[in-house]
Amino acid sequence: MAETCCIVIGASHAGGQLAVSLRQEGWQGRILVIGDEHYLPYNRPPLSKTFLSGEKHVEDLLIRPETQYEKVNIEVMLGQRVGRLDRERKLVLLEDGTDIAYDKLALATGSRVRTLDLPGADLKGVHYLRNIADVENIRPFVMPGKKAVIVGGGYIGLETAAMLRQIGMDVTVLEAAERVLSRVTAPELSAFYNRVHSEEGADVITGVGVNSFSGKKRVNEVGCDDGSAYDADLVIIGVGVIPNTELASEAGLEVDNGIRVDDRCMTSDPDIAAAGDCTSHFNTFYQRQLRLESVQNAMDQARVAASALCDKPNQYNALPWFWSDQYDLKLQIAGLSQDYDELVLRGDPGTGRKFAAFYLRQGRVIAVDAVNSPQEFMFGKQLISKMLEVDRADLANPDIPMRSLLPRA
Amino acid sequence: MPVVTYISFNGAINDVEVQSGTSVMQGAVDNMIDGIVAECGGSCSCATCHCYVDEAWVQKIPPASEMEKDMLECVLEPEANSRLSCQIKVTDELDGLVVRLPESQF
Repeated sequence: MAETCCIVIGASHAGGQLAVSLRQEGWQGRILVIGDEHYLPYNRPPLSKTFLSGEKHVEDLLIRPETQYEKVNIEVMLGQRVGRLDRERKLVLLEDGTDIAYDKLALATGSRVRTLDLPGADLKGVHYLRNIADVENIRPFVMPGKKAVIVGGGYIGLETAAMLRQIGMDVTVLEAAERVLSRVTAPELSAFYNRVHSEEGADVITGVGVNSFSGKKRVNEVGCDDGSAYDADLVIIGVGVIPNTELASEAGLEVDNGIRVDDRCMTSDPDIAAAGDCTSHFNTFYQRQLRLESVQNAMDQARVAASALCDKPNQYNALPWFWSDQYDLKLQIAGLSQDYDELVLRGDPGTGRKFAAFYLRQGRVIAVDAVNSPQEFMFGKQLISKMLEVDRADLANPDIPMRSLLPRA
Repeated sequence: MPVVTYISFNGAINDVEVQSGTSVMQGAVDNMIDGIVAECGGSCSCATCHCYVDEAWVQKIPPASEMEKDMLECVLEPEANSRLSCQIKVTDELDGLVVRLPESQF
């Protein structure tokens, strides 16, 4: 009998972990990872931080060195794009014309940046930030004293703003909504991040829509709907991502915002799993269909998907969590705050740089944003996953230890 | 290269060469040792790389930062020799280091 083959499409956090987990779960056959970038799976979070600043190099970003894939016999094919899937004949068709047969398939195709179709968006000096290559293209424009305009006040935009400010650039953040981080946090958090950025010397301007980029050879100005304009030597656009679901939908797999997976991370085809940013799943904590963009989700789903492909299914029921480092702020987020009906603050976001915001729904904690407050984050995770009712006054009182809010083990 | 010994919760012993300058966490991830999850990739954000440092080595490792100490207080079954392995930098002086991995990450 010929050797069985599992192909993993995508070589980032999810794809890399999925391949390794397949081996750990006992997959005996061939494992082939196909990635369209030219790098082995690498840590993306440092891209907007220590990799942008030059402190970290490509080899520091790699999740595992090349030798480790060789050691466990995982083949990695880089710089290759998959054009199509043929589920009937169980083939992966590469854009270069080659086809490769699979027995099992895993889709870890990730997401790509949402682009702005605006005049001048193709000028030199206008960039997005998603990949190593993006940051390498940005770096020549990073110079102390020069002007950077960040379009988008989400996490990527704010992290990038913080790093460029620390390098000594003049930084302006332009956000179309009335406040930064509006999609993911309470107004109190937005006001806090606004304050810190202005204390650090970055201008954060909200409620302003960008409508053009101009310049002769390279960008030198960003124009806005309200007629205002900002000088720019460098523009970085961070306005969200789009899941890469085209391969799946063209192959007739169920797609609903992301590639739909069940609690074992299997798609509507029993031989195809999927993991990471490209998927959507029914989340048991929040009782709704969700697509998550996070390292945690990529890694956890990859492990669950690998188990299912090895016929040892596990359930995916991890609590989503995220983090964001800006200046001296470590923000740790557990859970999803949408649909909260009450906010409990522990510490004062109006002064200083340490507090936590607990999001409650019907008296239960559903999410926490913890700024320089790891205990609030760690114990907050437990409050969320145990779905406990909490005493709001105790939760709001920093003198009452978080530990005491949990029932004794 | 310094050798680090990882003892899993089930008693499995892995002696692994770890590049100086990288972390005890990275050594485990590189060698696919179960028991160190390292969700955050080493940014001291998740406490899924908790380990117990063998008593003989505790004093030879620079002490934990306030952030790490705070995180360690919240892990399951913290002990005096608990550390986050992403925060332990491997050096030639740590050749022979022994760490034990907790049940909660098993």
